[in-house]
Amino acid sequence: MLDAIARLKRHRAAPWAGAALVALALLALPFALAVAGTTWVRITNLAILFVLLSLGLNIVVGFAGLLDLGYIAFYAVGAYVYALLASPHFGIHWPFWAILPIGAAVAALFGVLIGAPTLKLRGDYLAIVTLGFGEIVRIFLNNLSRPVNITNGPQGIARIDPFRIDGIDFSRSDAFLGLAFSGPIKYYYLLLLVLLAVIFINLRLQNSRIGRAWEAIREDEVAARAMGIDTTRLKLLAFAMGASFGGVAGGMFSAIQGFVSPESFVLVESIMVVCMVVLGGMGNVWGVILGALLLSFVPEFLRFTVEPAQMQIFGRVLVEPEVIRMLIFGFALVLVMALRPGGLWPSAVRKRELAARGDSLAGKAP
Amino acid sequence: MDIFIQQLINGVTLGAVYAVVALGYTMVYGIIQLINFAHGEVVMVGAMVAFSVISALAPAGLPPLVIVAAATGCAIPVCMLIGYAMERMAYRPLRGAPRLAPLISAIGISIILQHFAMMIWSRNPLAFPQVMRVESYSIGGATITSVQIAIIAVSVAMMGGLAALVYRTRLGTAMRATAHNPQVAGLMGIDANRIVALTFVIGAALAAVAGVMVATYYGIAHYTMGSQLGLKAFCAAVLGGIGNIPGAMLGGVLLGVVEALGAGYIGDLTGNVFGSNYQDVFAFIVLIAVLVLRPSGLLGERVGERA
Amino acid sequence: MTRTHFLLLAIVFAAAGCGDKKAPASGKVSVVIGSVAPLTGGIAHLGKDNENGARLAIEEANAAGIKIDGKDVQFDLISLDDQADPKVGTTVAQKLVDTKVAGVVGHLNSGVTIPASAIYNGASPPIPMITGSATNPKVTEQGFKNVFRVVGRDDQQGPAIANYLAATVKPKLAAVIDDATAYGEGLANEVEKTLNAAGVKVLPRERGTDKTTDWKAVLTKVKGSNPDAVFYGGMDATGGPLLRQGRELGIKAIFSFGDGACTDNMKQLAGEASDGLLCSQAGIPPQAASKKFLDAYKKRFNIDPILYSPFTYDAANLLIEAMKKANSADPAKYLPELQKIDYAGATGRISFDAKGDRSDAEMTIFTMKAGALTPIAIIKSGRTIKYEDFIAQSGDASKK
Repeated sequence: MLDAIARLKRHRAAPWAGAALVALALLALPFALAVAGTTWVRITNLAILFVLLSLGLNIVVGFAGLLDLGYIAFYAVGAYVYALLASPHFGIHWPFWAILPIGAAVAALFGVLIGAPTLKLRGDYLAIVTLGFGEIVRIFLNNLSRPVNITNGPQGIARIDPFRIDGIDFSRSDAFLGLAFSGPIKYYYLLLLVLLAVIFINLRLQNSRIGRAWEAIREDEVAARAMGIDTTRLKLLAFAMGASFGGVAGGMFSAIQGFVSPESFVLVESIMVVCMVVLGGMGNVWGVILGALLLSFVPEFLRFTVEPAQMQIFGRVLVEPEVIRMLIFGFALVLVMALRPGGLWPSAVRKRELAARGDSLAGKAP
Repeated sequence: MDIFIQQLINGVTLGAVYAVVALGYTMVYGIIQLINFAHGEVVMVGAMVAFSVISALAPAGLPPLVIVAAATGCAIPVCMLIGYAMERMAYRPLRGAPRLAPLISAIGISIILQHFAMMIWSRNPLAFPQVMRVESYSIGGATITSVQIAIIAVSVAMMGGLAALVYRTRLGTAMRATAHNPQVAGLMGIDANRIVALTFVIGAALAAVAGVMVATYYGIAHYTMGSQLGLKAFCAAVLGGIGNIPGAMLGGVLLGVVEALGAGYIGDLTGNVFGSNYQDVFAFIVLIAVLVLRPSGLLGERVGERA
Repeated sequence: MTRTHFLLLAIVFAAAGCGDKKAPASGKVSVVIGSVAPLTGGIAHLGKDNENGARLAIEEANAAGIKIDGKDVQFDLISLDDQADPKVGTTVAQKLVDTKVAGVVGHLNSGVTIPASAIYNGASPPIPMITGSATNPKVTEQGFKNVFRVVGRDDQQGPAIANYLAATVKPKLAAVIDDATAYGEGLANEVEKTLNAAGVKVLPRERGTDKTTDWKAVLTKVKGSNPDAVFYGGMDATGGPLLRQGRELGIKAIFSFGDGACTDNMKQLAGEASDGLLCSQAGIPPQAASKKFLDAYKKRFNIDPILYSPFTYDAANLLIEAMKKANSADPAKYLPELQKIDYAGATGRISFDAKGDRSDAEMTIFTMKAGALTPIAIIKSGRTIKYEDFIAQSGDASKK
């Protein structure tokens, strides 16, 4: 049996067959999940959004080595740009394919604005400044309801238009080819498409001149500059590119939720994305995806199984499910970092580094 | 003018609270370049333990100072234990790891501490029984209460004590040596592990005192109170130059004053386009401006890139 | 990569396999009602209080042995945590829809209720949702026929307390502070509007956040303008420190609050400073309406109700009552009964208007006297009735 599998693996067409299997699984996934409930499709959509965010942050933190603790601001900008241009708030209703690029551009602009003052800052100072910027964006969004009502403040913007292509409304269910395509399922396919595009861009970036320049900056900025790399331009580029992915994800989030408010963009969310990137394996595109998927699915999985599990084992609820969920999450973070400090799926560079650990007290540069 | 003095008093008191918490952050960072995200949670535990002790002792009719002292006396060992446990179990294994790994670990610990606190002390905001009689004094038209004076006095004492420890004792010399160059310190016979553990423990003790201070000043404690306070205190530490003890004190007071003056005067200065709702923004902008002009903080050393 | 994908698929399928269906006691038909509130986070205590109210109603209904359509019914409560976050709220709302619950009591925050209600409305048939705490007017302005509210709206409560303030305290200058949340800001806006209309000058708005503990800076600024009255839109966890620090600074104005800070907690949080505060609550006070509820709650949970539990208790009972009247737990069948229901609950008589709001919602004005929240007036249909007169008028009709 094992022999047969080994031979299959070596077959010339094996990679194609493998890819086809994965593609098939991804295409069929929402319908399989829908059996358990549309909520799982929704959870998957939110997970894909977090994957997009993690990939964007990976450019900033993983490729270029710039610790950004305020990344959610770009998500917020993208979400609000969409909300302002496709809702009853201003009465503007542009189509989504026009707004998403605008969202990405505005987010990229914010990326440059946030990056520019931080060029001279070292690691942890950079972290606090980006954190500050993230909070500033959120506070502005929360308060721009007076004197001129731009963002509607803490009340948020409701009744945001869902995506519409050719009369197909993404918020409603349609039947097609005998299958029921609910709103979340339609969004799933769109998100999958966007995700594949983003993964492709990231992989190409990693192996390009820009990607290698980022790596040089990350490892030793002074040496990189000595080699003639324009660190200023490249750092700003990292911020801008990372931000633009966040902006696109934000726009899609707005449409899917139908409602957006500043409380979805608090500091905890920025930290969550950083956890996903680091836990998954900073700098490694596939690691980051893994990290994002795990940290999105496992808490949801726990949410719906902890109470029944306790009932089964103890006959009553000893510790409330919400508390257990968060405790398990916290312990998982500590344990994974203790056992695999490079992340679950570290990049090749990180693996080499960990193999030859220095004996200073301080850690290496991120 | 009396308003201005009042805002200054508010700011300095708030700043004193930030300063004591910031001292804990800065000590740990100075030694192992780690942002201990869980520090705010240790402050919260200190406040919670103080709550339990004060609630238990309040009906006994003991003099208020005794009650507060007892509360502090119970909070400090509990927090020290937590600090030690954190260092041993979560940070020591990550000594040589990439910079961000301990950060994630710290986040995990902060979540764990918060939720254990929620289980032990419930989700409700806890109101402290009022054991101290608050006396108000007048300075130039503004009021300052006895609690505020006590807080400022205690933080100055804490900073003084810590500075004395770090600059005048052998232990302090060992700590500074380890922070500067651990390998050479090791060659001199200093056990780096012990020093690091001690630093965490002292930082946690400071956090406990800060927790008691915050709790008695505001009269309220909640299991989520650590994160907001921790964040502000961390900003204060960075503002003053992280790793620098007088810097933490300066940064704390400065941040407190900036917040108070910001809340008080932004509205008037901008014709009410921006009001007190932007006070946090104001504080962050000042922080960012300082860092842009002095990238290592106000009193931070000009350290080159650590490879 | 393939292996990881399969691993993840496996996890997902495993998750899919775990449901939380409870088997009803033998012979009984199970009717599931969902309760959603923030059970973790800054207002977790209020969320738990909401859940308790609904749970008490369900347990009492089970004890009473209700029959629907000739069959014995066992009511089950699914309680979910929405973390006061709209993202989580929509996820758990979808979960309830997937589980095909018969009705929902929730949510607590307006910012979460608004998007979640769209999900319940999108189910087929739409699942009736009754909120006992979301006060933002937008909740019932979306045109959804399955959304109901047993608590008053901010645009009723705000004018109630503001008019009472203007009429009794007669301030020349008032300060309005809010906590920059959807609830706080919404309520404060209504109060400011009403005060302006009553000819009271209002200072520029001051704001904190829902986590602020240090109000000294804002209060010092307010003190400088010397207002006669201060209104704060926010919850007790921030309102208590606000009041306490205000008095410490020597502010002599009357402090008034909305229902978020109209709890007994204010006494502990603000100490002696809480004496003389004014606050409003939607509905008639539990003391006036239902001692039975208060005793039952205390007996079951060993604590007093905090804030909205009488409303969630009524909400759950309304769902059950409508099902009884329609003789069916099918949302399509009992929704019409719910729309025209007339029910005497722990918070008074309840019926719904065309939008799903509580008709003719009464508001109660309280003051803190000698450490206890004491009702002093009822605002009904725009008229202010002294509390003693209200009790005398309604006689035994409102007492259960």
